[in-house]
Amino acid sequence: MRQDHLITATQLSRADIEAVLDRAAEIDADPAGMADRYPGTVLGLCFFEPSTRTKMSFETAIKRLGGATTDMGTVESSSVKKGESLADTVRVVEGYADALVLRHPSEGAAKMAAEFVDVPVINAGDGAGHHPSQTLLDLYTIRDNVGLDDLSIGIMGDLKYGRTVHSLADALTNFDVRQHFISPESLQLPRSVRFDLHNAGAQLREHTELEDVLPELDVLYVTRIQRERFPDETEYEKVAGEYRIDAETLEAADDDLAVMHPLPRVDEIDPDVDSLPQATYFEQSHNGVPVRMALLDSLLSEVDQ
Amino acid sequence: MTDHELHVSKIRDGTVIDHVTGGQALNVLSILGIDGSEGLSVSVGMNVPSDRLGKKDVVKVEDRELSQSEVDVISLIAPEATINIIRDYDVAEKNRVDRPESVVGLLSCPNRNCITDGTNEPVETKFAVVDEGVRCAYCGTIIRDSLADHIHPSQ
Ligand SMILES: [Zn+2]
Repeated sequence: MRQDHLITATQLSRADIEAVLDRAAEIDADPAGMADRYPGTVLGLCFFEPSTRTKMSFETAIKRLGGATTDMGTVESSSVKKGESLADTVRVVEGYADALVLRHPSEGAAKMAAEFVDVPVINAGDGAGHHPSQTLLDLYTIRDNVGLDDLSIGIMGDLKYGRTVHSLADALTNFDVRQHFISPESLQLPRSVRFDLHNAGAQLREHTELEDVLPELDVLYVTRIQRERFPDETEYEKVAGEYRIDAETLEAADDDLAVMHPLPRVDEIDPDVDSLPQATYFEQSHNGVPVRMALLDSLLSEVDQ
Repeated sequence: MTDHELHVSKIRDGTVIDHVTGGQALNVLSILGIDGSEGLSVSVGMNVPSDRLGKKDVVKVEDRELSQSEVDVISLIAPEATINIIRDYDVAEKNRVDRPESVVGLLSCPNRNCITDGTNEPVETKFAVVDEGVRCAYCGTIIRDSLADHIHPSQ
């Protein structure tokens, strides 16, 4: 990757993506081979929002590269609580770390943070914006299961606020992919994402019903519809219920369909799907470590030079 | 005035913003952060007949010159505007506005969850000018219509 930071997936070319995925495959084949790659390197974890998976996976990745982490802890226990700006926080943590991983509730946070520091910044989620490192592991999983070209993917759930959806959709425009977006009307893709997809010449279609498109899909990427997006409980239950899947739903799907989910799930994928060959979400989650090792290797090796 | 004489007194030093799209004069004033309380002598002509535009607005402000970001935002709501800088009753400079590539400051992001909105971050807003309008350089939100509603003068 020729960039200093990873802020959005729109900055990634096909070559950038393939380089990271190829490296991740090498690492996956021989995880111990990288154990001494970055001794003494410290990754700064700045999580302004609770996260377990993303944070643990970055932590594991840097440790398997021979490095360590420094963690600002929870917002409640930090100087942020006292009103410190993000710009100040990252400028302080920059002094302790060789790269920063940032999760923040505001859109544009990582973009802004990157303007204030010289070390690489990885956007690990900015509000309803982007989550590009998740996208790299999603792409790795897709490539491993069904390949990344001549692909039909259905992306379902909260497309409006879902940052993993935005980054995935952007990145997929680098490949020969038909993107089907399945959601209630109130949670369709936001204008800014449509703008990028349109500029990138994406092949996209929108649906309100999964059954319209399920049989032709190679991948079904499910995301959670959150209760707080709806004015009342009844409305939420009614809408969210239409975008839950179970083993019966998948009877209409291809046997080779890969069902994915950024996790954690709540009830949008019934546990009876877990034992089906189509269930790919735990494998997807495990891919987080080798892919993030490859990503860190890519960003940190640029710093070396 | 090339088209029609605007019947207001000449100014000694200041700026005349001419050929403003009809109806945008008050928005030009809000871009400049002028609401009358500053004590500046200001004249506004609205829907004045114009050979070039049909109808135009004209804004004259005494003892005030414009910053580049003010000119940039004016160009977005009044693409045909001309900026005349007056010194000692004469037009010292006359410039057409250019559509800028980006606008820094002056506009606020309509996304309440944007890092630039209402936070204590030490950054100015920044918008890229795109075909559809302007786009926040931080959160990506696009403002397509009614740009003037998002003017937020810094002074
Ligand atoms: Zn914004």
